Amino acid sequence: MAQASGMDPLVDIEDERPKWDNKLQYLLSCIGFAVGLGNIWRFPYLCHTHGGGAFLIPYFIALVFEGIPLFYIELAIGQRLRRGSIGVWKTISPYLGGVGLGCFSVSFLVSLYYNTILLWVLWFFLNSFQHPLPWSTCPLDLNRTGFVQECQSSGTVSYFWYRQTLNITSDISNTGTIQWKLFLCLVACWTTVYLCVIRGIESTGKVIYFTALFPYLVLTIFLIRGLTLPGATEGLTYLFTPNMKILQNSRVWLDAATQIFFSLSLAFGGHIAFASYNQPRNNCEKDAVTIALVNSMTSLYASITIFSIMGFKASNDYGRCLDRNILSLINEFDFPELSISRDEYPSVLMYLNATQPERVARLPLKTCHLEDFLDKSASGPGLAFIVFTEAVLHMPGASVWSVLFFGMLFTLGLSSMFGNMEGVITPLFDMGILPKGVPKETMTGVVCFICFLSAICFTLQSGSYWLEIFDSFAASLNLIIFAFMEVVGVIHVYGIKRFCDDIEWMTGRRPSLYWQVTWRVVSPMLLFGIFLSYIVLLAQSSPSYKAWNPQYEHFPSREEKLYPGWVQVTCVLLSFLPSLWVPGIALAQLLFQYRQRWKNTHLESALKPQESRGC
Amino acid sequence: MLWALFFLVTTIHAELCRPDAENAFKVRLSIKAALGDKAYVWDTDEEYLFRAMVAFSMRKVPNREGTEISHVLLCNVTQRVSFWFVVTDPLKNHTLPAAEVQSAIRMNRNRINSAFFLDDHTLEFLKIPSTLAPPMDPSVPVWIIVFGVIFCIVTVAIALLVLSGIRQRRRNKKGPPGVEDAEDKCENIITIENGIPCDPLDMKGGHINDGFLTEDERLTPL
Repeated sequence: MAQASGMDPLVDIEDERPKWDNKLQYLLSCIGFAVGLGNIWRFPYLCHTHGGGAFLIPYFIALVFEGIPLFYIELAIGQRLRRGSIGVWKTISPYLGGVGLGCFSVSFLVSLYYNTILLWVLWFFLNSFQHPLPWSTCPLDLNRTGFVQECQSSGTVSYFWYRQTLNITSDISNTGTIQWKLFLCLVACWTTVYLCVIRGIESTGKVIYFTALFPYLVLTIFLIRGLTLPGATEGLTYLFTPNMKILQNSRVWLDAATQIFFSLSLAFGGHIAFASYNQPRNNCEKDAVTIALVNSMTSLYASITIFSIMGFKASNDYGRCLDRNILSLINEFDFPELSISRDEYPSVLMYLNATQPERVARLPLKTCHLEDFLDKSASGPGLAFIVFTEAVLHMPGASVWSVLFFGMLFTLGLSSMFGNMEGVITPLFDMGILPKGVPKETMTGVVCFICFLSAICFTLQSGSYWLEIFDSFAASLNLIIFAFMEVVGVIHVYGIKRFCDDIEWMTGRRPSLYWQVTWRVVSPMLLFGIFLSYIVLLAQSSPSYKAWNPQYEHFPSREEKLYPGWVQVTCVLLSFLPSLWVPGIALAQLLFQYRQRWKNTHLESALKPQESRGC
Repeated sequence: MLWALFFLVTTIHAELCRPDAENAFKVRLSIKAALGDKAYVWDTDEEYLFRAMVAFSMRKVPNREGTEISHVLLCNVTQRVSFWFVVTDPLKNHTLPAAEVQSAIRMNRNRINSAFFLDDHTLEFLKIPSTLAPPMDPSVPVWIIVFGVIFCIVTVAIALLVLSGIRQRRRNKKGPPGVEDAEDKCENIITIENGIPCDPLDMKGGHINDGFLTEDERLTPL
């Protein structure tokens, strides 16, 4: 009877809830959310710095025992309970409603700085439609006989990024002014996001065909182009040559686990939201495995592409380094022009060093090693906006490749924004905050506008420092906590038997021993280990940042600075505020329960006098 | 006497042009790097052209209109194709100030470069900085144009979506009037259907059955 009466409201809600048009739309949305900027600019970096091909071993171990099980839980619980993150957790337990609110707030915070990265991508995209590219030359100094000193010291691309794009201050305490160009791009980015999420999944479902598939097209074009460039082989060889010794370093395993975690976009609430629009009897087990594998294969695919082009760049830089040295020797010793080839350079240098060491010593010769240039890899915005941008400059038809590259990054980031925004919007729709009559367009518009206003702080001159803070503190620790609570909450509070029954009902098959063991034991342990490692890492070093300071004596190296006190307080708040929802809601629920009991007691005492009167 | 004078002049000229001499400039050419297969060989004819171009530049300077090719001296030509040059004033048997020569070269740098099919990087006047051409600077930055296009497309798309949403909701509101119309039609049908039964009912109600009344009267007398 209770179950029958329980089902009827579900059916009613089901009629009102929008659905995916087809299975492909749902899969592309999840893939688009999972495959983000991190697949392009973080995985290749980790692969490169953590032993090349050897990194794949901890990576796939983490994928199998942490990534896929957690991902399966999210898809299954969202599909079964047909709610956003807040609704799901309230249903599992009123005391765990805070987990949903925490996921909601993290999705909000991440939306702010993630769209700011899109802002930067858009800025480069807009500047790509010209030849020569604006970051290929330095501006002139005042008397027009040379270039601006800061640009000459740091390089044209770094100058364009730090000075002409960000116009960055040399200290985070100095916030500077809002950069109007970045502000305009911010308006454009949030307008674009609003256009795509205007009716929830009804509109993102249409756009996702393009934003999820276009990056693969561009990656393929770049892969084909990259492999034809000289130096690609060296880049790929360098990337994948395994260094097994590095596996003894615990940092490698931690980075593999966290990369899996953030790459799949776990614990954001976006996947729960996406799954809640599914058919109730969809096979989410196959979906979870498929999407996770596609995500990881995309990381590998991107690595091959990126490093073939990085190999080209390194070869190019190595060649120019040799040419510069050769020209110095020719000019100093008045050799005939082009009389020293790159191959002859080492022997000529050795000979001259032996015969005329004083003259050689006076020359500003640099040591040229191909490995040194391959080592100059970068992670995060540094890869996209400096290293890869510089690599594109050397490719024939630089403007075309630049447009393609930044167009790819923009669509890649946009599809991830859909997941973040659904993590915010779906709970709002479910809770019915606004009255029925208010259209969806207004709801999503208000959300986007609030996000836009909050993100204006990133268009200040010190905005990139703040973005680093948000990236380091707002997301990382909170997501790990929520993921841990997610797996523990679903398996131990909701109940693994009940959960398995639900899955059997949805997919027709009961979860195997592998799933149950990982859910019960392995994944929680891994998450707890990651959490502890993070705490240890944070405690070990004082939080610091690298400032771009032209007055720094080692410029263009960036100056390491400690965060001032008030910024450290902000970091702590960002780290813990979203997590405080969990105990907060639990306490509130406890008080509510206590009040209920008190009322019941009061009613009972009121009943007793009546009985006595009756007697 | 004439022989002695010739020797003296030659000696003086030789002393004026030396590496690192006062008012002397070093020049370095990278012809192969610039021209590749079309590179020409640097010979005395090319040197003559260079001296002519320098003399040409000096003649552009006020009070130096009388400069001749013979007043420009080259020395220390190397395989690298680098050499030193000075500009002399034959009347006073000394070299012209470096600032004047530098200014003259800078003013005519483009034409000197063009004469040899080279540019500032491949025809280097050491210690004479070249005036660089400013980067192309369109009156309207390209990025603003692209931004405008994208922003307009997005804004129009949003407007269309919002309008279509409003239109859909209006159609939903018009639904009930449609239903009411249908109900009205049903009522009409019912009326028509009941037309036949209604009339007899009205007729029955409107007429008193005299037969019954008559019978009642007859029964009463008995």
